[in-house]
Amino acid sequence: MMWKKVLLAAMVAGSLAACSSPKGPTDPNAAGAAGMNGKNGANASGMYGQGGLNGSGNGMGADGSGNPLTDPKSVLSKRSVFFDFDSSLVKDEYKPLVQAHSEFLKKNQTRKVIIQGNTDVRGSSEYNLALGQRRAESVKSMMRVIGVPENQLEAVSYGKEKPRATGMGEADHAQNRRSDIVYDGE
Amino acid sequence: MPKFLFHYVLLPLLLLCSLSVRANDLTIEVVGGGTNRHAIALPEFGLESALPGGLTPIIQSNLARTGVFSFVDPNKVNNRPIDPAQIDYPAWLGAGTMSIAVGKVTAGAGGTITVEFHLFDAARKTRLTGASFSIQPNQSRQLAHRIADMIYEAITGKKGIFGTRIAYVIKHSANSYSLQVADADGANGFTLLRSSEPIISPAWSPEGGRLAYVSFESKKPVVYVHDVSSGSRRAVANFKGSNSAPAWSPDGSRLAVVLTRDGHSQIYAVSANGGEAVRLSNSNAIDTEPAYSADGSRIYFTSDRAGGPQIYVMGAGGGSAQRVTFEGNYNVSPTPAPDGTALAFVRREAGRFRVMVQETATGQANYVTDTHYDESPSFAPNGQMLVYASEQGGRGVLFTVTRDGSTKTRLTTSGGDIRAPVWGPYPR
Repeated sequence: MMWKKVLLAAMVAGSLAACSSPKGPTDPNAAGAAGMNGKNGANASGMYGQGGLNGSGNGMGADGSGNPLTDPKSVLSKRSVFFDFDSSLVKDEYKPLVQAHSEFLKKNQTRKVIIQGNTDVRGSSEYNLALGQRRAESVKSMMRVIGVPENQLEAVSYGKEKPRATGMGEADHAQNRRSDIVYDGE
Repeated sequence: MPKFLFHYVLLPLLLLCSLSVRANDLTIEVVGGGTNRHAIALPEFGLESALPGGLTPIIQSNLARTGVFSFVDPNKVNNRPIDPAQIDYPAWLGAGTMSIAVGKVTAGAGGTITVEFHLFDAARKTRLTGASFSIQPNQSRQLAHRIADMIYEAITGKKGIFGTRIAYVIKHSANSYSLQVADADGANGFTLLRSSEPIISPAWSPEGGRLAYVSFESKKPVVYVHDVSSGSRRAVANFKGSNSAPAWSPDGSRLAVVLTRDGHSQIYAVSANGGEAVRLSNSNAIDTEPAYSADGSRIYFTSDRAGGPQIYVMGAGGGSAQRVTFEGNYNVSPTPAPDGTALAFVRREAGRFRVMVQETATGQANYVTDTHYDESPSFAPNGQMLVYASEQGGRGVLFTVTRDGSTKTRLTTSGGDIRAPVWGPYPR
């Protein structure tokens, strides 16, 4: 009968150990990685801090400083170029917007923009990333043609990863088929 | 259907499947009658109930996912063997048993426990496999995976995959994402990286020690390589424009990545430690989603050079490409089987995204999933199953499916919207 008591004790101890530490000693890597995880997170936020991507859309409020980039009366406060389904062509209605930002950049050669392409939320992440890139490159190409130097421009893509509209209706998809112009420091 | 079959094979199978939902947070959907399945009996191991989660419920959940097995209901047989000598062979044979596993748990030295198990052929009464293990009690889940692998290997002759791991991404909210690593059955998940920006396209290194992925933490897509055990990581592709779609070469020395530094998405090779990039693909279209063939000689990829996205293959050093998919107007996410005998990919047809498996030998492609939004297929290292992302109630969920599409199992992982699963290699 003795071994039964020993076994029971071992079981209870084992169960308790399992409760207090979901990562068993079979998986020392897991514990190590979990420990590092917090550090990674801290690094990430420490390195990159406040990005300001969220403020990149239309309708940023005036800041009272007369900054045309944020003055709602200025075309420069408009930052989004919308595209048709399956298209990366900049439509005529958005050409004045791209033109205005191009002229601003030509006059302010220390300013830089990152142009972020976006897509519908359906389909392969990576293929959508490439489609979004095409939309960003399309805006960038137009700016280059207007005379903005290459070193003031970067075209990148968020693909389907950061939809402005999360619904599945056509209006939602249309909101997501766009490129956003984001200035350095925003 | 013969009444016998229903009462003694299918009904118990269904009952046990629904039981395992409660026991292991798994939902198992078996398509087809299961008449070709190997009927195994897993009577409760002696004293296994003292272990968290037990042993045989975990073993059974694992084996059920392979589509190879059906399960004999032990309640139909008046015999509770925990040692080989106690097996009442005629009784188990009468219930349709083809093989039976028996085992027991005993106390070992210094707080360890000993688990002994044997698998017997019910008709021949011969021992197929078995072993005795000395473990800490909280290693029992890992041991159950090991025993499931031994049983799978003894019955199929193929290597088991239950000791492997998967990685995937959880979207907790619009501003919270994490990269997770878990056991192949979705249990024991832990966070490798947390970020307020999206993480996509995780990819296991061939030795299983590192994960490459794309993080948007610097407000643009950058490719990182992250050491899973130390937690250290570095950006290996951070060029102007977008950096994405990392794919490991089979020797682990380099990555194929997609860069846009030349103005559109093209495939390049970089060292796994970073450094200069060498352009591999050369088109005026989108070339993305590179994936090395198992032997490392070729790279499959997605390109829209002919209009809609289709799958192509080129040499690992670049050069001319051959088209691989011809049916359908949207074929993406090529995923070669580790043994080179098949290619999985995602096809969009009539607004539905489904996973297909194309057998290399025949060129025949079959749907293996059947909802509206299945994506990101990734083969298990033995090539017999895939993990993929699907959607339920507007949230991403993970499933495994057998290569023939006959058995699907939902993996229940801790909350959130789950995507981008990738199956890791065999442990080394």
